[in-house]
Amino acid sequence: MAAPLAPKLALARAVGALSRLRGGGATSAPGKALLRLEPHAIGALGGRLRRGSALISATNGKTTTAALVASILAQEGVPLVHNRAGANMSGGIASTLLAAAGPGGSIAGELGLFEVDELWLPRIAAELRPRAILLGNLFRDQLDRYGELETIAERWTQAVREGPGRAARLVLNADDPLVADLGRGEPASLLYFGVDDDTLALPGMAHAADAKHCRNCGSPYLFDAVYLGHLGHYRCPQCGQARPAPTVSATDVRLEGVRTASFTLHTPTGDGRVELALPGLYNVYNALAAAALATALEVPLASILAGLESTRAAFGRAESVTLSDRELRILLIKNPTGANEVLRTLILEPGEHDLLGVLNDNIADGRDVSWIWDADFELLAGRVRRVICSGTRAEELAVRLKYAGVDPERIDVQGDLSSALTAAAASDGAPLYALPTYTAMLSLRELLAAGGQTRGSLS
Amino acid sequence: VSTAASPTLRVCALYPDLMNIYADRGNLLVLERRCAWRGIGFQLTRCGLGDPLDEAVHDLFYLGGGQDRDQRLCSEDLVRLKGDPLRRAADRGAVVLGVCGGYQLLGRSYELAPGEELPGVGLVDVRTVRPPRVQRLIGNVAIEVLLDADSRKPGAEGPRRGPGGSEAAGDTILAGFENHGGRTLLGPGAQALGRVLRGHGNDGRSSLEGVRRGSVIGTYLHGPLLPKNVWFADWLIATALRIDLSELAPLDDALEWEAHRGARRAAGI
Repeated sequence: MAAPLAPKLALARAVGALSRLRGGGATSAPGKALLRLEPHAIGALGGRLRRGSALISATNGKTTTAALVASILAQEGVPLVHNRAGANMSGGIASTLLAAAGPGGSIAGELGLFEVDELWLPRIAAELRPRAILLGNLFRDQLDRYGELETIAERWTQAVREGPGRAARLVLNADDPLVADLGRGEPASLLYFGVDDDTLALPGMAHAADAKHCRNCGSPYLFDAVYLGHLGHYRCPQCGQARPAPTVSATDVRLEGVRTASFTLHTPTGDGRVELALPGLYNVYNALAAAALATALEVPLASILAGLESTRAAFGRAESVTLSDRELRILLIKNPTGANEVLRTLILEPGEHDLLGVLNDNIADGRDVSWIWDADFELLAGRVRRVICSGTRAEELAVRLKYAGVDPERIDVQGDLSSALTAAAASDGAPLYALPTYTAMLSLRELLAAGGQTRGSLS
Repeated sequence: VSTAASPTLRVCALYPDLMNIYADRGNLLVLERRCAWRGIGFQLTRCGLGDPLDEAVHDLFYLGGGQDRDQRLCSEDLVRLKGDPLRRAADRGAVVLGVCGGYQLLGRSYELAPGEELPGVGLVDVRTVRPPRVQRLIGNVAIEVLLDADSRKPGAEGPRRGPGGSEAAGDTILAGFENHGGRTLLGPGAQALGRVLRGHGNDGRSSLEGVRRGSVIGTYLHGPLLPKNVWFADWLIATALRIDLSELAPLDDALEWEAHRGARRAAGI
């Protein structure tokens, strides 16, 4: 395979370089070119990885979870091939492999660690024949692109039950009925993770929650505890199907505002306290998922604990930057459940906040902005000192906040992001948080970097 | 029945736990807030699977969007338990608004796949089919609501300016987002809600969008519909309360009209 592949790799690299010169899509261009020349390049290059590959997919938390796993594996000194920047469709994954590929069938890395777009999972799994697949959660997200949740659940079933995906060790979130269901009937090669802490239980299920009905018989689940969206402890009163008991779990969870969180991690090889430099219950789930995948890869507990604790915020996920001497914390929001967790985390901080909300409707954000009406901005309504709404659909966000209960006098619409940023920098006296959608987050970072204001918090 | 002195809008949300996929909550929230800001009472009743429907105590019935799976769960219940009361309510002039999946279930039937047909409640003379292997109709959409001579129908009041805005003639246009696999076909007696200006509409071919029979309205526009089309929200409130639109106190809708313009811009007009 290696010999005929070499000229194609060279050509794809040249095409990628050319595309960069012309200002084209930088990350995935060489990979896309390679896949046109060799449709099975992902499988061919992935086959060079001595320790195989692990795949991570979820609606929320893919990038952060992969960063946590990478940090754990770094403790073990495992050289990784990892799509760190989050380009998670076939082009991005092929680019990552291409960048690592060397002459004579070599590759600069031993283990592939790839976050994979939900829809692409079956195809990537068929190519890479992964050792392990981690599936974190499934929430409603970008319905215009992903279609209905059921469609993704079906594709995931296909990915893990058919073809090469069957051989992978499955690591599943026991607390998400849609995800846990994928493991029904699967034998020992399966590892569940979940949270066991009733002090976290919400009074009820969030409006945007999905999967309220039994996957087996269609009756409404009874939830003994709802932790996040539709994640929690559930059982079906009709047919008895219930949350599976997790092998890797978190107890005694403490959430400390927008900076940190901690929990006790339980694994088959021992327990330990984890002090995360990441905020919110959603990051506790990400850390737990990473610990579970690392357990499946037989990483010792000490390395898991050290790796989790040394992870810093990924790209735009609770990242902190300085804006004209003001601390600006960037909290990516992109779908109702993710936004709700960010809002829940924000209200742990005392006092009133200044916000910079940036709502874009580009393809990577989802063209449909309906989702902001499913997010519980009401949580924050009484805590807004001033909010600047920006982005391609700034006005829609302004209306959402007005109907959530924010006084219209406190809402300022500045469609242009650089004017919005200037306006945000102008005042002081309250913490400043940016809540951008995905492409808005990229633009925001670009603007900040151009002004020399991003700290290198990545890696 | 509400009185002019202290009116209350009594809304019944049908299957709010299942039929809510496209942020249908936003539509209900807009009705609630716009009543509250005017001193009009607002009552919301949730009516789910297996719940009986008392049509006499509601002015407006709302049925939102759902996934195939949710529609399967609801359609039989809707026809069996809620069909007759809904028809009686519509006959006496209550507003019934179905959005997306809810619109499909207001019609006669929805053929999800060859050989699988869900019954609809038949409030309007439409049926929906989904031919195999057709693309979903997805994207921003704007329609011009069809005018007619009846002064109780939308758009017929003539341009109404929001106090904060200078919007003229914007109030016959609805802008939103559509995302549906089904193609909805109007029966011989059915009237569309509007003419497609941008987007796909009922079937991607006829240039027609939605359906309207008196106070029963079905549309594929979500996004959600009402926050960016508040003139239409007000028309629904007035119609449901059986008052003239001019009796509703004006509100400062500057932001809402901005959002309307943003949604139209996204649709390309």
